Amino acid sequence: MNRITNLFKEKKNNILSIYFTAGYPSLNDSIEIIKTLDECNVDLIEIGMPFSDPIADGPIIQNSSNIAINNGMNLNVLFDQLADIRKITEIPIILMGYVNPVYQFGYDKFIKKILDCHLDGLILPDLPFDDYKIQFKSIFDKKNLSFISLITPNTSEDRIKQIDNNSNGFIYMVSSSSITGKKSSFNKNQIQYFNRINSLSLKNPKIIGFGISDKESFEQACKYSNGAIIGSNFIKSLDKNDLSKSIRKYIRLIK
Amino acid sequence: MKYNVDNKGFYGDFGGSYIPEMLFSNIDELRKNYLNIVNKDSFEKEFNYYLNKYVGRPTPLYYANRLSEKYRAKIYLKREDLCHTGAHKINNTIGQILLAKALKKKKIIAETGAGQHGVATATVCALMGMDCVIYMGEVDIQRQKPNVERMRILGADVRPALSGSKTLKDATNEAMRHWINNPDDTHYIIGSVVGPHPYPDMVARFQSVISKELIYQLNKVENRNYPDFIIACVGGGSNAAGIFYHYLENSKVNLIGVEAAGLGVSTNKSAATTKLGKKGVLHGSKTLLMQDENGQVTEPYSISAGLDYPGIGPLHAHLFNSKRCEYLSVEDDEAMNAGIELSRLEGIIPAIETAHAFSVFDKLNIKGKIVVINLSGRGDKDLETYIKWGKY
Ligand SMILES: Cc1ncc(COP(=O)(O)O)c(C=O)c1O
Repeated sequence: MNRITNLFKEKKNNILSIYFTAGYPSLNDSIEIIKTLDECNVDLIEIGMPFSDPIADGPIIQNSSNIAINNGMNLNVLFDQLADIRKITEIPIILMGYVNPVYQFGYDKFIKKILDCHLDGLILPDLPFDDYKIQFKSIFDKKNLSFISLITPNTSEDRIKQIDNNSNGFIYMVSSSSITGKKSSFNKNQIQYFNRINSLSLKNPKIIGFGISDKESFEQACKYSNGAIIGSNFIKSLDKNDLSKSIRKYIRLIK
Repeated sequence: MKYNVDNKGFYGDFGGSYIPEMLFSNIDELRKNYLNIVNKDSFEKEFNYYLNKYVGRPTPLYYANRLSEKYRAKIYLKREDLCHTGAHKINNTIGQILLAKALKKKKIIAETGAGQHGVATATVCALMGMDCVIYMGEVDIQRQKPNVERMRILGADVRPALSGSKTLKDATNEAMRHWINNPDDTHYIIGSVVGPHPYPDMVARFQSVISKELIYQLNKVENRNYPDFIIACVGGGSNAAGIFYHYLENSKVNLIGVEAAGLGVSTNKSAATTKLGKKGVLHGSKTLLMQDENGQVTEPYSISAGLDYPGIGPLHAHLFNSKRCEYLSVEDDEAMNAGIELSRLEGIIPAIETAHAFSVFDKLNIKGKIVVINLSGRGDKDLETYIKWGKY
């Protein structure tokens, strides 16, 4: 069973995916965040694995990553925290991060841990296609894990088709040419881009991410895709002193 | 040619193109076009024209008499410090601005550490009438003030990088973020043999003019076209790559790269990547990288802003791994002393980056040998650091 594929089978619209940085605001907050997101009926969860040099991220995720690393977050700690996560939630969970920490941890050991924790997928935006094919593809196919790739307004049609053919789960549509955390209400160019992608009739569902910051941009994104991802703005809303209350409040504003 | 980049962008195990999708189309455009463009006769002609008339090449190969006497070797200096703007960096920026023009780009961004690459970039942007944004770590803005003002006089917009250790690594992060945000009409002029393929190969090609001239110049004075030793400092490794380039396949030449050990390799204040690094991925390539056991990049340290980087270019990682080159590391004090020594013996105040290359004579068996040192830059920008250090 793959929870991501099942999700898209059951729900075609308004899929809400939330991204947060593991180890932020405090080292051991991951479980409480996931539990609360489950109670709020979020559809998908992306857990950010913090990296010291996140070149695709804006100030908010740079900051949460730094704090998380200083709090002591690393992949060993994260997988320990997630060991019994399936006692808490059946929401699909995806890990997202940069290559280097995963490479140091060891690709094989990393995949084993994903399976042990019953997670569902992986996004490593700076992993080249060749490395994916050599290191991940066969075991991901065999174990029914999803490897999710990004496309942007500048991704060529040929490449989009190649990505679509090699993806399972969904395609992560980056809303504009930008790093994370830029507020946007969509302009004409972006809408053209969303329409262009939709006209390609790809086999995978699509989720829009980057720059989704409130109910309005979430709903707008959902018009052109199966759902949307909120990251920076969710992280910004977290209140250390009453984590679950701040999460509930935030999700209520979106849904 | 076992030291050339392969068709996937790798030098042995190192290199490649580890970039998020947001940069893919720009890097792919470069990868597909750079060889066609730089191999055109018209490109080569224009490149050589600017190197000659504007940069002032060929740079002299100078026999350092008193230095040679002291170390009982025949020591030659390749005078990259005499290039316009004061360092080898401009060889690369001339090449890349012509490439950017060929690709019809309108705006230029760059990172800089010591400010030499920033100045060289601001200079060629003024020359070609292109907009220029330079990212520089806040710490480096403080310690290389004259270069900051030079860039501003030249019309560049100098923006501080405020994250991490506020040095070269962080300036590179910010430049990459800027490129992600502005992909359409902007070219990123990377300042060393680092970054995703094809940057390391492209920058090495533009810098290879140094060893091309050296072959010709040595032949004239020594009746042979190669030395016994070539010594160069290594930050990312572009001046070293340039002076090693045509000698990589000549095993009679001992190639020596000198890294910055900062306060010492056993302290946590160092930038000696071959001593302290492990295989890893940063700024688009797989290379040797200073990092902790969790893959978080270590904040490096060196007194010299241009060597203060936690990695080295993938070519150097390969030359190190395959033992083709030897990499030494020297501490702040050794480099500063060597800078003073060169000043007193030859009347040349070197950049502090370059001074590192002058502090390894005692660690090598050079007696009676022909030695060429890449004098990568001059010390004007470093006066404040020399003054602060004070032991002269
Ligand atoms: C004079 C000089 N030499 C050397 C370097 C180090 O760079 P690379 O190793 O790429 O030559 C710098 C960098 O700023 C420099 O200014």
